[in-house]
Amino acid sequence: MSDFTRRDFIKLMSAAGAASAMGWPIVAQAARRRVVVVGGGFGGATCAKYIRAFDPRLKVTLIEQDTKFVTCPFSNAVLGGLRTIGSITHGYDKLRQNHGVKVIHDRATAIDPAARKVMLAGGKRLRYDRLVVSPGIDFRWGAIESYDEAASQTMPHAWKAGPQTSTLRKQLEQMRDGGVVIIAPPVNPFRCPPGPYERACMIAHYLKQAKPRSKILIYDAKDKFSKQPLFMQGWQKLYPGMIEWIKQSDGGAIERVDPKTRTVYPVFGKPQKGDVVNVIPPQHAGTIAHTAGLVNKDGWCPVNQRTFESAMHKDIHVIGDAAIASPLPKSGFAAGSEAKVCAAAIVASLRGETMPDPSYVNTCYSLVGPEYGISVAAVYRLKGNEIVKVKGAGGVSPKDATDMFRRDEARYAAGWYSSITADVWG
Amino acid sequence: MRQSCRALIMSAVGVASLLILTVPGQSAELTRGAMLSVSCAGCHGTDGNSPGSVPGIAGKSASFIESAMKEFRSGARDSTVMGRHAKGYTDEEIKLIAQYFANRK
Ligand SMILES: Cc1cc2nc3c(=O)[nH]c(=O)nc-3n(C[C@H](O)[C@H](O)[C@H](O)COP(=O)(O)OP(=O)(O)OC[C@H]3O[C@@H](n4cnc5c(N)ncnc54)[C@H](O)[C@@H]3O)c2cc1C
Ligand code: HEC
Repeated sequence: MSDFTRRDFIKLMSAAGAASAMGWPIVAQAARRRVVVVGGGFGGATCAKYIRAFDPRLKVTLIEQDTKFVTCPFSNAVLGGLRTIGSITHGYDKLRQNHGVKVIHDRATAIDPAARKVMLAGGKRLRYDRLVVSPGIDFRWGAIESYDEAASQTMPHAWKAGPQTSTLRKQLEQMRDGGVVIIAPPVNPFRCPPGPYERACMIAHYLKQAKPRSKILIYDAKDKFSKQPLFMQGWQKLYPGMIEWIKQSDGGAIERVDPKTRTVYPVFGKPQKGDVVNVIPPQHAGTIAHTAGLVNKDGWCPVNQRTFESAMHKDIHVIGDAAIASPLPKSGFAAGSEAKVCAAAIVASLRGETMPDPSYVNTCYSLVGPEYGISVAAVYRLKGNEIVKVKGAGGVSPKDATDMFRRDEARYAAGWYSSITADVWG
Repeated sequence: MRQSCRALIMSAVGVASLLILTVPGQSAELTRGAMLSVSCAGCHGTDGNSPGSVPGIAGKSASFIESAMKEFRSGARDSTVMGRHAKGYTDEEIKLIAQYFANRK
């Protein structure tokens, strides 16, 4: 009671007043505060769970269009034949049962920031005190000529996991030995910077056993990529001669595709036909972020990096891939980390408290082979209004590591997957 | 503060705490320790309860966690990834984190 202030006194008096007037309480007030979260992926589900953990008096409603979530993390392992789709699929029962999150399976179609309401495809309208938007990414169809949603049936992106992952896996299974697999990654920023190169590894792992005369060509829109020296060392070691990386300045960027002949057309250089073609198109924030006016001219959402409150609309927070949180990458790990900071910011704000200084973290594990893992890590703090890396911390796995170190990292990658999916949906 | 005023406050406090006690589910304090520690859950599981191959840290003693973190940081203890993470925290932060996980189940 030593910090008892005049403000507390007034709060208590009105509480006492309300209590005697209605027989029931300030708490009912607090309990009526409602947070709505749009998107039940890495960012949204984590945020919903941690808001409830920080303050179980708050009502939290999670809007997710699908009843099951198939994770992108470890979907490359499905392509490599190391995992099944079932093993990377998660449901929402535990969020309901263990954490008291109300989950509605429907699609958010519009947001009215003035009235603080979210509209759902099924006709419901939900009022909120605070809204969290974590819709992930959508694709900039047409940015590569002729690559539209229909084309993605024959040339899958598999950059949202689920049926697209299965399509790509099936094409690999049906391919002849000696076939050409093309992977075409986009320019930065995009979801999961090391993802395309881990994918090359996992596809190579499969081909090495099943179709050893085949080749993988990476047509890259960039001149360098995440964990590049470690990946290239791993390719050399496990898949010598199988993976060829064509960088942007050597004609790697593609500007057009022909889905009928499965051909990619580089900006300069010869067209290349593939037996299996995985186009990873340029991306932007999920559609609802556009509809709701939360994006900038590049299609991503500017936010206050301490609270993740939108720079465009008050009381709406954006987290995960959709948000501009650089230097944090667009990863599931980072989305979860942002979600917890955002949850604390919302709870503190609804309680009229100041949030303690935030800390953010990321690690991206990649599997080069089943027993060969590598990682990149960083710890971040707020400096002024910006997220910055803590100097001296983080970095990539050592270049000269032993086989045992790589094996341990592969094992810990799986451990990370178990832990984070339990942290998000468990 | 005058005597009568204090009495009034005390009875208000009484009512308020009574009300709070009747609420199912307590709200937790948002401490610095909690803010720092929830970022470990991505690998160590919620509250440090790991379901997989990463070692769990829930309920381990504060002194163990504190010395392990400092040894990871200095390199005295071998690690694949913890050395890179531990370097991101000061002595004071490590103490808060160690306390936080020591108090989890
Ligand atoms: C191949 C691949 C491998 C990856 N590997 C890793 C890895 O190893 N580690 C890592 O950390 N990250 C990895 N990632 C990145 C990770 O998947 C993303 O960064 C992460 O999913 C982002 O979380 P999010 O919450 O922003 O979006 P998501 O997790 O995509 O969640 C968005 C959710 O919102 C829902 N939604 C969208 N719009 C609406 C709407 N209007 N109404 C209702 N629901 C809606 C969607 O259905 C979806 O469930 C990988 C990505 C890929 C593609
Ligand atoms: C990227 C995943 C990752 C993150 C994030 C992480 N850890 Fe770890 N932790 C590990 C792994 C893996 C080990 C095993 C040692 C190693 O190889 O690095 C470990 C080991 C430990 C140990 C030793 C446990 C034992 O019984 O030997 C402690 C203590 C620990 N971590 C604390 C923390 C704390 C505190 C944080 C947050 C500040 C944290 N870790 C964040 C992956 C992680």
